[in-house]
This record gives sequence, structure tokens and C-alpha cells, in this order.
Amino acid sequence: MMQELIYALPLTLIFILSIAVIMVDAFTGKNKTVAYYFSIAGLLGVIIAAIYTMTLPSADLAKMAYEGTISKGMLTYGGYAAFFDILFAVAGILTIVAAKPYLTREYGEYKEFYSLIIFAISGMMTIAHASNMVTIFIGIEIMSITFYVLAGFIRTRITSVEAALKYFLLGSFASGFLLYGMAMVYGATGTLQLQEISAKIATGEIVNIYLQIGLALLIIGLSFKVAAFPFHQWAPDVYTGSPTVVTGFMSTAGKAAALVAFIVIAKSLLPTNFGATLINDKLIVVKEFTENATMIIALISAATMLIGNITAIAQKNVKRMLAYSSVAHAGYLMMGIVANNENGFAGIVFYSTAYMLMQIGAFVVVGVLERDDTKFQQISDYSGLRKSHPYLAAVMALFMFSLAGIPPMAGFPGKYLLFTATIQSGYTWLTIVAVVSSIISMWFYIGLVLNMYFKEKEGDALVADVKSSHFTIAVSVIGVIILGILPSFLIDLAKNFF
Amino acid sequence: MIEEYLPLIIMLVLGFGVAVLFLYLAEWLGARRTTHGKQTTYESGMEPLGTARDRFSIKFYMVAVSFIVFDIEVVFMYPWAVQVGELGLVAFWTMTVFMLILFAGYFYELKKGGFEWD
Amino acid sequence: MIQQIPLEYYLLLSAVLFTIGTVGVLTRRNAIIIFMSIELMLNAVNLTFVGFASFMGNNAGQLFVFFVMSVAAAEAAIGLAIVLALFRAKKTVYVDEVNLLKW
Repeated sequence: MMQELIYALPLTLIFILSIAVIMVDAFTGKNKTVAYYFSIAGLLGVIIAAIYTMTLPSADLAKMAYEGTISKGMLTYGGYAAFFDILFAVAGILTIVAAKPYLTREYGEYKEFYSLIIFAISGMMTIAHASNMVTIFIGIEIMSITFYVLAGFIRTRITSVEAALKYFLLGSFASGFLLYGMAMVYGATGTLQLQEISAKIATGEIVNIYLQIGLALLIIGLSFKVAAFPFHQWAPDVYTGSPTVVTGFMSTAGKAAALVAFIVIAKSLLPTNFGATLINDKLIVVKEFTENATMIIALISAATMLIGNITAIAQKNVKRMLAYSSVAHAGYLMMGIVANNENGFAGIVFYSTAYMLMQIGAFVVVGVLERDDTKFQQISDYSGLRKSHPYLAAVMALFMFSLAGIPPMAGFPGKYLLFTATIQSGYTWLTIVAVVSSIISMWFYIGLVLNMYFKEKEGDALVADVKSSHFTIAVSVIGVIILGILPSFLIDLAKNFF
Repeated sequence: MIEEYLPLIIMLVLGFGVAVLFLYLAEWLGARRTTHGKQTTYESGMEPLGTARDRFSIKFYMVAVSFIVFDIEVVFMYPWAVQVGELGLVAFWTMTVFMLILFAGYFYELKKGGFEWD
Repeated sequence: MIQQIPLEYYLLLSAVLFTIGTVGVLTRRNAIIIFMSIELMLNAVNLTFVGFASFMGNNAGQLFVFFVMSVAAAEAAIGLAIVLALFRAKKTVYVDEVNLLKW
């Protein structure tokens, strides 16, 4: 039992932290710096605990998670869960640091922001640790409900409130589908525990029709949550209307968390290793429809990246362009689920790390330059940025190259991993679509860079209000370059997780 | 199987029939004299003030939201209360932690002025 | 007595309720009514869970329902607050009048 408590340490710490941070908020009155430093220190503590659990021997982890005395098969520890703990906590720290000057300038700093970010992280970490449908659902809901509030955080600004309303209505609509899917899978297999579900599917002790309906509804619900076609309509509006730092956080960490839920569910509901047991008719039916489901996910993935990238070309607003590019990246990341093998999942781990760094970085640059909600967000406003802010222009160009997948930035090895994993499992056509849509995406990423470097600005130059955002930008730049030049250590680490 | 439901069906038909019958009897036999008092909105005997489509003070919504949040937590206490005798101390301390978390929320609301209603 | 009603009837009822909720979300304009339709969807799912749990003699599903109920309450609190913020900023609760963000 003691050992299990140690493994559960990151999760325990984040929940204690989320209670503690609202207490700090309640008892410090007008003093805002305490909550700021307290949440950063707490997240650092979570990172240390997660790194520690990653180094523990992982041999008996799965067994213990399944038979654990405390978690009773609700949670899993170590491995990818610990890695995603670190990822989410880093995203939280980067966001909190960049948010302080942004919020102070745009609206006035409110301490609730820090507790909300920590609540969202606790939800995401619950998803990463989940091995039962109940924990997945609770994690997704903690995260989503916090995001509804964060999207409408600047409550006097109509666009922000509108984003919150749209996100809230469509998000809880999607939760309904997700939940119905879980109910049908429960009816088909008689259990909510994911290992038991996958064991039952592999032996064919299920009610086929319920499982098929359940799988379809789960795919709909999760596609909503990762913003994949045809359920991506909310994403551009919400990402444009929300405060820019919040957009950076929820389009990266939130998307990664939804993908972890997708991985966990796909791994148990779409087993690939029927192997020698494939004798009775029932199993052949099961195999057939899991293949159909994978095909549907592949089609969703292909459509998502094409629609995201093609629509992004038409955008005049940088924030909205990045929002559409985020939709397209949901498509790339879903390729790892289509591949449904360890390389594919490792690709998701690597690419969501790289994507987090470059997307948060890009959104922070947008946030530093924008004023009063919608001013100075147009692509034309960025022309001549090389002269007025050479540093910001350089890092923005770096993030754009990385998003487009140009070596030696982190985007390239990530895409490479996902593409090869997809070819491995026989979806060559999907890889071709992905390559084509990557080439399409060069158009607008490089277009912004050309605008910054080779066009002259008419009128006054933009004013940058960087302050502590320097830290976020610097960390993102260093991370993107290191992951681009030396990707192998993270790839090896990620392959051991699955 | 259907015979078991027969009493229920008879009761439903009779109940519905009596309700409809009385409705029509009242319509048919009753006197119809409209006075001002009868035509106004019923407000438990008070004189109605203003229109019904009025905007309420924001404080009502705050009470409503606090109520929704704290009220629903009872859902976890009913099954706990039924089983606490058998589950023993572990269940007791689990519920204590749960209540402490609820109290943290309560103190937060208190400190933020969520209970200052006037 | 209740065991004589087959499981399919419960599933059918909850599927019908879920569909009513979905159609309500897709066709109504008032944000509050849309939200009520979403609550109807969640409760339809609760019925499915309880039906399955009762017929399989396995109480994991009933346990899930408690969590769904508390999550629905949290969503209601947040949703009400967001609709109020919208009304203060825009003086409307009709979703088709909320149209600043378009591409």
C-alpha cells in the first residue's frame, strides 16, 4: 500500500494543490503575488514527483494498478501517465508565467486564473492516469468545465463570453455522446474497467450490437473533444474568442489530454492482437468491426487535416489561422491512433510535446503583440516585424517553421514518427494525404514569415509588452530546437511506455 | 401478465374520467361573474405588483448556483450512510476528507463574499 | 415485477429521450432551453446505465450515475453563470444573435 501511495504521488499532489490554491486565494485578499508564486512552486513539486515516479521500476506497475488496494483498478501509474503529468504541469507553468503580463494589461489580474489552470491540470492528469471509464469521464469533465470558465475569463468582453457560451454548449453536448458511448460499452461488456473490457473483447464475451453503437458514440464524443472534422466547428470560434494565453493552453494541453483519453480507449476497444484465438465466428465479426472503426478514424483524421489546413489559408487573422492549424494538428495526431501500435502512440507522445512547445510559444507571441481584444492580430499588422522587433520576428518564424514540419525543428521528427507508424500499419493512403496537407500548410506558415521579413509596415510599428513572457518564449524556443536536433532520447522513452 | 395490470388500468381510466367529468360539470353548471379580483394574477392573496416579466436581482442567481453545487453532494452521502456500518473506519475517514474538500469550497465562497446577500 | 419488463424497453426509452434531447439542442435558439435539452440527454444516459446495471446485477453502472449527476450539477452552475455573463454583455440569451465570431 505504501508503494502505491508513492506511485500516486503526482496525482495526490495536484489535488492537494488545487484545494490549497483556492485557500491561498481566499485568505490572501488583495495580494496577488502569493497565489502566483504558490501555484508555480506547486506545479514544480508535481513535476519533481512525476519524474521520480518515472524512474521507479515499471515491471509490476500494470499489475499493481489493476490489483491496487487504494485505486481498485481505477488508476494506472508511471510510464506514459507520469510523462503526461510532466507535460501538463510544464504547460501550466508556461501559461501562468505568460498570463501575468497579458491579464494585467488586458483586464486586470485575477487570482482565480491560477486556481483554474491548476484545476484544469488536475483534470488532465486524471485522464492520463485513468484505467476505468469513470475516471476518464471525471477527468474530461473537470478539464472541460474549467475550460468553459477560462474561455470566458474576461467576462466584460463580448467575444470572450461568446466563446465561453459556444464552448460550453457544444462541449457538454459532446459529453452527452461520450457518456452514452460509455454506457453502451458497459452494457456490451458488463464492466467499466478498461483492461477487463479489452480482455472480454479479445475473447468475444460481448454483445456485439451494443459495442458497435458504443464505439461509434465514443468516436463522436472524442472527436468533439479533440476538435476533429466534422465536429471541429466550435474550435476556431472558441480559440479566437478566448484570451490568447488561455487559447495557447487549451489548444495544446487540452488537446493532448483528449488524445490521451482517445489512446486509452482505442487501445482497449480496438485490440489488434487476436492472433491464434481467431477461430469462432463471433471473433471474426468483432475483428471486422474494429477494422471498420479504425477506417472511420482514419477518414476523420484525413478530413480533419485537409479541412484545417485549407481553411487556414483563407484566414486574415493570425489567431484564427493558428486556431485552424490547431484543428489540422488534431488530424495529424489522430494518425497515431489509426496506426494503433507502439510507434503510433510514441509518435503522439512526441508530437504532442513538440506541438505544446511551439503552439504555446506562437500564441504567446500573438498575445504579446495584440491590444484590446482584436487589435493588431491581422497578418498585415505583422509586416515589418523584422525591423521593429527582430527577436520576436525570429522566434515567431522558428515556431512557424516547426509547425510546418521543416527540419531541424521539433515538428519534423514528430511528423516523421507518425507518418512511418501509419505506413507500418498499412494506411499508406493516409500518409499521402498527410504529406499533401503538410505541403498545403506551408503556404500560410511561410506566408506569415514572408510577411514579417519582406514587407514594409505602413504606419506605426507594433508595441511589444513582453516582460515575464520572455521566460515562456525562451523555454519554448529551446525545447523546440533541442527536440528537433536530438529527438532520439524522447522517442526511446516514449516507445517504452506502450 | 396483462391481467395483473387490470386494476391499474381501471384506476387510470376512472381517475381520468372523473377529472374530465368534473371539469365539464364546473363549466356547465358554474356561475360566471368576472370581477377585477378574479382576473388578476394569483399571488397568495397579495396585491400583484408590476409585471411578471421583471428582471431579478443577481443575488437570486448566486443563491441558486450555490444551492445547486452544495445540494447535489448529498448524492454521495446516501449510499455512504447505508453502508458505513459495514465498511467501518475507512469509509468514515474517506467521507471526512470529502467533507473537508466541501468545506474548503465553502470557505472560499465565504471569503469571496458569496454569502453577502444584502 | 420490474424484471418482467425486458431490458430493450429501458434502452428504447432512453434512446428516445436522448434523441429528443439531441433534436432540442440542434433546433432551439434559447441558450437555457438548449442547456435543458443537454441535461435531458445526460439523464437518458443515466437511465441506460441503471437499466444495464440492474439487468446484469452489477452495480458499477449505478455508481457511475452518481458521478454523472454531480458533474451535471457542476455544469449547470457554470452554464447558468455563463448565460448570465452573456446577458449582461449582450442583452440576449438567443444563440443565433451571438454571432461576432465568424470566419
